[in-house]
Amino acid sequence: MIDVDKLLASAKPIGQEEIRRQIVLPWPEAFRIAIRNVTLRLGRAAITATGVILGIAFLVSVWTANIIQDAMREDRALPALQEQAAAADLDGQVAAMEGELEQPDAQQAETKARQVWLVVMSLLVCGVGITNSMLMSVTERFREIGTMKCLGALDEFIVRLFLIETAVLGFLGALAGAIIGHLVMLVIYMIKVGPSITAKMDWGQMLKYIGLALIVGCIISLLAAVPPAVRAARMPPAAALSTEV
Amino acid sequence: MARFECPKCKEAFETDGLVTVCPKCGADMRDAMKKLAQIQAESARPTLGKDESMTTHEFIVRTKNLKKIYKMGDVEVPALRGVDLDIKRGEYLSIMGPSGSGKSTLFNMVGGLDKPTEGTCFIEEVDMAQLDAFELAWLRCRKIGYIFQTFNLIPVMTALENVTLPMIFAGMGSDEMLERGAFLLDVVGLGDRLHHKPYELSGGQQQRVAVARALANAPAIILADEPTGNLDLHTGKEIIELLKRLNAESETTIISATHDLKMLQKSDRILWIEDGRIVKSARPEELDFASAEFH
Repeated sequence: MIDVDKLLASAKPIGQEEIRRQIVLPWPEAFRIAIRNVTLRLGRAAITATGVILGIAFLVSVWTANIIQDAMREDRALPALQEQAAAADLDGQVAAMEGELEQPDAQQAETKARQVWLVVMSLLVCGVGITNSMLMSVTERFREIGTMKCLGALDEFIVRLFLIETAVLGFLGALAGAIIGHLVMLVIYMIKVGPSITAKMDWGQMLKYIGLALIVGCIISLLAAVPPAVRAARMPPAAALSTEV
Repeated sequence: MARFECPKCKEAFETDGLVTVCPKCGADMRDAMKKLAQIQAESARPTLGKDESMTTHEFIVRTKNLKKIYKMGDVEVPALRGVDLDIKRGEYLSIMGPSGSGKSTLFNMVGGLDKPTEGTCFIEEVDMAQLDAFELAWLRCRKIGYIFQTFNLIPVMTALENVTLPMIFAGMGSDEMLERGAFLLDVVGLGDRLHHKPYELSGGQQQRVAVARALANAPAIILADEPTGNLDLHTGKEIIELLKRLNAESETTIISATHDLKMLQKSDRILWIEDGRIVKSARPEELDFASAEFH
């Protein structure tokens, strides 16, 4: 079935004059390969993405709750304050009352600090989760990485492929996480307080937070993916090829 | 025996030239056969694929006192204990040796897949230890074609993508790449399996994809590590035939580790490696292949 004559009859397509042409991996090709790796290893990709989804969902839910609580506080505090001020008709009293409002603010600051702590911890856990998942995914692909290096891939090509892959996963995971976290918190408060709460929310700030969450998701995924990807890329091809997983 | 295609019904069949009518539709094939014979005569000319710049060095691969020691914890395990080897351009070299003899280690050194602990390995008189990562990648991409016992295709890529991957690295244009990839797969008899994934192909078909991939950038050296080890007799034979013809007609140097008698018989020289040293070197005609050594 092998048609040797045909091969030998063909002119050598690569002339020696082209020999100094460089070793390259164009970005479109890199993207194609990386995306294919995501879509064809959906199970593995889903596990990696779940780490991001959970971390970012938590982050966004905390932020959504903050915005809703702010909206509720303004809703209650401001009119009450204005009414009292109007009744007393005294500027000094307003200032004093505003001072009284500082009292719960101190408590709020403590709550905020606790929230920041929770968010940082959850993001750390999410980062460790992605690193672990990436380590697994790199390990099970050692042979593939070794093969690619045999075919002429530079270390940086391998790193590039893995980074594109995690950037895509990180972004999609963060997007899903942001939507899930936001909706869950919103529904909880709508049930607790009533649907009217959505009207008073600061939506501009909410969008900013969601955008920030996407960036955080991508950055965490990339940071988590760098060590395993670099480790894999630096392996001598012989070692990568002989690993049994 | 040669392969013909009927000009009328496109039926492909094999004949030794005596049968001149198509077995399917009965059409006269003499003209078509004459043409093919002419093309074959042309392509078989010894100048094919040769290049002035390629014949400057007599030895394409040389190793000098090559040593490799693996460290397993505190224990040092020597895999190669000083190998001196000269491989001529266009040579078909087979390497034999029991598993653990250092065969694969030698392969990795020659192929630039690992670094020796001591000693040097030259490819076209260039010391591989002197090459930077970029030059080494270039060497692996353009000079050497690898064929593995376990095929090592990229599982998420189709046959065509596997074959074109080294061409991407070599910076070939997209159209040219797809054309050559399809051509090479056609040559190994997989013209109708371009878009199949490795797991959709049989072992023999996978190895043929791997052969097509090894040929992607028309390498000067083909390193084949037990290429027929996982194949059925028929496919193994075809792959041996392909390698032999490449070797004979385009001066591709073939270095293969094998226990396959048919491969050994086709080679120019056979080396035995034992315990990290070359213990014997012989030409196939000096050997008695019926002896117990080969069974």
